[in-house]
Amino acid sequence: MQAKHQRLILGIIALVAVIAAGFLALIAFKKQAAYFYTPTDAVKAHLPLNRNIRLGGMVERGSLTREKDGVTIHFLVTDNYQKIPVAYRGIVPDLFREGSGVVADGHFEPSGSFMAETILAKHDERYMPPMTQQQAAATQTTLQEK
Amino acid sequence: MIAESGLIFLWLAAMMALLQSLFGISVLNNRLENLFSGAVKITAIIQAALALAAFAMLLWLFMRVDLSVMLVAENDHWAKPMLYRLAASWGNHEGSMLLWVTILSFCGALLALFSGKSDQKLLSLALGSQAFLALGFFAFLLFVSNPFTRLNPPASEGLGLNPLLQDPGLAFHPPTLYLGYVGLSVAFSFAVAALLTGKADRDFAKSMRVWVLGAWVFLTIGITAGSYWAYYELGWGGFWFWDPVENAALMPWLAATALFHSVSVLAKRDALRVWTLVLAVTAFSMSMIGTFLVRSGILVSVHAFAVDPWRGSFILGLLGLYIGGALALFALKIGKIHQGNHFVLPSREAGLVLNNLFLGVILAIVLIGTLYPLLAELISGEKLSVGAPYFNLIITPLALLLCVLMPLGALLRWKQDNWMTLKWPIQISAYFFIIIEYALYLKGKWATAPMASLAFGVAVAVAVLCIWPLFLQKKKLWRIRLNVWGMVLAHLGIAVTLCGIASTELFSKELLTALKPGQQANMGSWRVHFDRVMPDMGSDWTAIVSDIRVERWGHSFTLHPALRHFTNPVTDTSETALKTTEAGQLYLVLGQQADDGRWQIRGWWKPLVTFIWGGGFLTAFGGILILLDRLWEHLQKRRRKSRPDERQRLFL
Repeated sequence: MQAKHQRLILGIIALVAVIAAGFLALIAFKKQAAYFYTPTDAVKAHLPLNRNIRLGGMVERGSLTREKDGVTIHFLVTDNYQKIPVAYRGIVPDLFREGSGVVADGHFEPSGSFMAETILAKHDERYMPPMTQQQAAATQTTLQEK
Repeated sequence: MIAESGLIFLWLAAMMALLQSLFGISVLNNRLENLFSGAVKITAIIQAALALAAFAMLLWLFMRVDLSVMLVAENDHWAKPMLYRLAASWGNHEGSMLLWVTILSFCGALLALFSGKSDQKLLSLALGSQAFLALGFFAFLLFVSNPFTRLNPPASEGLGLNPLLQDPGLAFHPPTLYLGYVGLSVAFSFAVAALLTGKADRDFAKSMRVWVLGAWVFLTIGITAGSYWAYYELGWGGFWFWDPVENAALMPWLAATALFHSVSVLAKRDALRVWTLVLAVTAFSMSMIGTFLVRSGILVSVHAFAVDPWRGSFILGLLGLYIGGALALFALKIGKIHQGNHFVLPSREAGLVLNNLFLGVILAIVLIGTLYPLLAELISGEKLSVGAPYFNLIITPLALLLCVLMPLGALLRWKQDNWMTLKWPIQISAYFFIIIEYALYLKGKWATAPMASLAFGVAVAVAVLCIWPLFLQKKKLWRIRLNVWGMVLAHLGIAVTLCGIASTELFSKELLTALKPGQQANMGSWRVHFDRVMPDMGSDWTAIVSDIRVERWGHSFTLHPALRHFTNPVTDTSETALKTTEAGQLYLVLGQQADDGRWQIRGWWKPLVTFIWGGGFLTAFGGILILLDRLWEHLQKRRRKSRPDERQRLFL
C-alpha cells in the first residue's frame, strides 16, 4: 500500500466511523432522550404512557403526603396554571421541600399521575426551573397590570 | 489594597502575555529568531509569576474573609475552617477562571524552563501560542469576570460555601482537574507550532508526549476522585450519572487517551503525524468546551446565559477564536506536513489506530449527547435531557469492544508482527471468559442483567490479557522496565474498573424502608438494626446522627449516617455512612423522619464497588510509572554525557 493512500484511507475510515457514531447517537436520541415538560405543557401534550419525560415545576405547598410504608411520597408539581400529582418511592434529595423547584424523571401512569424514578432538586436554593421562572414573572406582571 | 494589587498583577500578566505572543510569532522571521527566542522564555516565566501572584492575592483575600470584595462576600464565611476558605476561592466562577488561567501560565513557564533540548523555533512558537491562549482568558477575567471587584458598602456577613462542596476531597478536585484540562493546552500549543513550522516529527512528538501524559494522569485522578465524591456525597449510590458536568471532564480524558497513544506511535515510529496534530487540537478544544459548559452557566438552562450574556458570549467567542483558528491553520498548513512512515496490519501501530478510532467514536457520541440538548433548546426552544439511558445504550457496547481491543494492541510488536502472537493469550483468556459466563448463567444472571454479565466476563478476560505482556518480556519481574509496568498497570486498571462496575450491577443488594429506633430489616444476607438517633454539632452545623448496626455471618459493624443542617448558607445535607470490607462496601443513608416517628433508611451492599475507583487510580499510577521511566531515561542520558568529564577530572 502506498504511503499517500494510507493517509487517505485512514482519513476516510475515521470520517465513516464518526458519521456512524452520529447515526447511532440519533437513533438512541429517538428512543431515549427525555423531553422537559412543565405541568401545563404535559397536560397539553397528551403524552403516551410509557414515554420517559422530565417534569419540572414547583412542589405545591401543603401537597406533600407520605404512604404507610414510610418511603413512598405523593406531591403536586405546579407551574401556577396546572397541577400534576407525582408519586415517588425513595429518599428525596436534601434540597427537596414544599414550595421549591423540582425536576422529576419518569412517566405517566394510566391513572394520570406521574411516577417519578428520580427526583432532582437543584443545588442552588435560589434555583427555579427556567420555564417556571419565566411564567412566574409573566404572572407577576399581569397581576401588577391589574 | 490586596484586591487592587491582585488586579494590577492580573493586568501586568495580561500585558506580558501580549508581549510573549508577539515575541513568539516574530520567531517565524528567521532574522528575528535568535533575538527573541530567549525573550519569549523570560516573558513566559514573568507572566506565570504575575499570574501566580494574582491568584495568591485572591487566596489571601479568602483567608482574611475580606467582605469588601464581592466574590469573598458571596462565597466565604468566618465560621468555615481554613481549608474550605481556600477551597471557596476556586469554588466559584471568577476564582476558578483565575485558577484556570494561572495554571495555563504556569504550564507555559514550565515549558520555558524544562524543554531545553526541544527545537528552539518550535518551542518559541509553542510559547507564543500558549501566551495567546492566556491572553484571551486574561481578557475574559479583566473585562467581564473580575474576581477582585469591590463591594461598596462591604457586606456584614459572607454567604459561605455550598455545604455539598465542603469536603476535603472536593477541595482539591477542581485544581487537579484543571491541571489536567490546562496541561493539554501545551499539546495544543505544540500542535500549532508544528503546523507553523511544518515540522511534525519524532522530536516534536517526544517534546509533547510528557505533557500529554502528565495532563492525562491529572485528568484520570480528577475524574476518579470526582466520581467517588459524587458516590458518597450525593447519597444515590451511583458513581457516574452522565451529567453534562461529568461529560465535560470525560471528553478531554477520551481525547487525551487517544492523543497519548498516537503521540507514542509518532515518537516511536514516526507515523500518524497529521492524526496526532488533529488529536492535540481536539483534546484541548474539549478542555475548553468543558470549561465553557461548566463555567458559562449554560447547563442550568440556555436562558441562564441571559443572566450575564457577556460572560457566556465572551467564552464562546474565545472558543470560536481558538478552535476555529487552529482548524483554519490546520487546513492551510496541512499540505506542508510530510507523510510519515506507514504501517502494516498486524502491528502495534495498527492496534493503536484502531483504539484511537474507537475512542474517537465514543468521544463523538458523548459530545453529541452533551451538546444536542443545548442546540435543540437554542434552535427550537424544545427542552430535553439526554441522560444515562442514552449513554448506556450506545456507549456500553462500544466501551466493551474497546476494552477487548485495548490489551491486544499492547501484545503486538511495533512495525510488523504475526497474528500468531495473539493465539495463546486469546485462548487462555477465552477459557476464563467461558468459565465465568457459565457460572453467571447458572446463577440466572444472564436473564436479569445480560450486559453486566457479559461485562464481568470481559473484565476478567481482559485483565488476563493485560498482564500478559509481562510474560512476553522473558525477564524477571523486577528487571522489566518501568514503562512496560506502567502500560500493564494502566490497562489493568481499566479492567479492574470494569470488573467493579459489572460486579456492582450484578450483585448489589438494596434496602429502602422506614424504621423506628429499635426496629430491624434485611438487606440481602445482611441484618440491619436501627439502634438510635443522637444530636450532634460542629463549627457551622447541627446534625442528627444515627447508630445503625449491620451484621452478617458473625461480622458486625455500626455505621452512623447523619442529617446535617448548615447555617451559612442554610442547607440540609445527608451524610452517607460507608463501611469498606474486603468483599465490598456497605452504604447507608438516613432520610427524613415521618410524622409517625419512623426514619427513612436507604442502604446498599455493593460487592467490589471499590474496584471502580481503585482501577481508576491504578490507571493513573500506570501513567505515573511511565513518566518516571521518561525521567529516569533523561537522567541516565545526562549522566552518560557528563561521565567523560568526571573521568578527565579524576585523571587530572
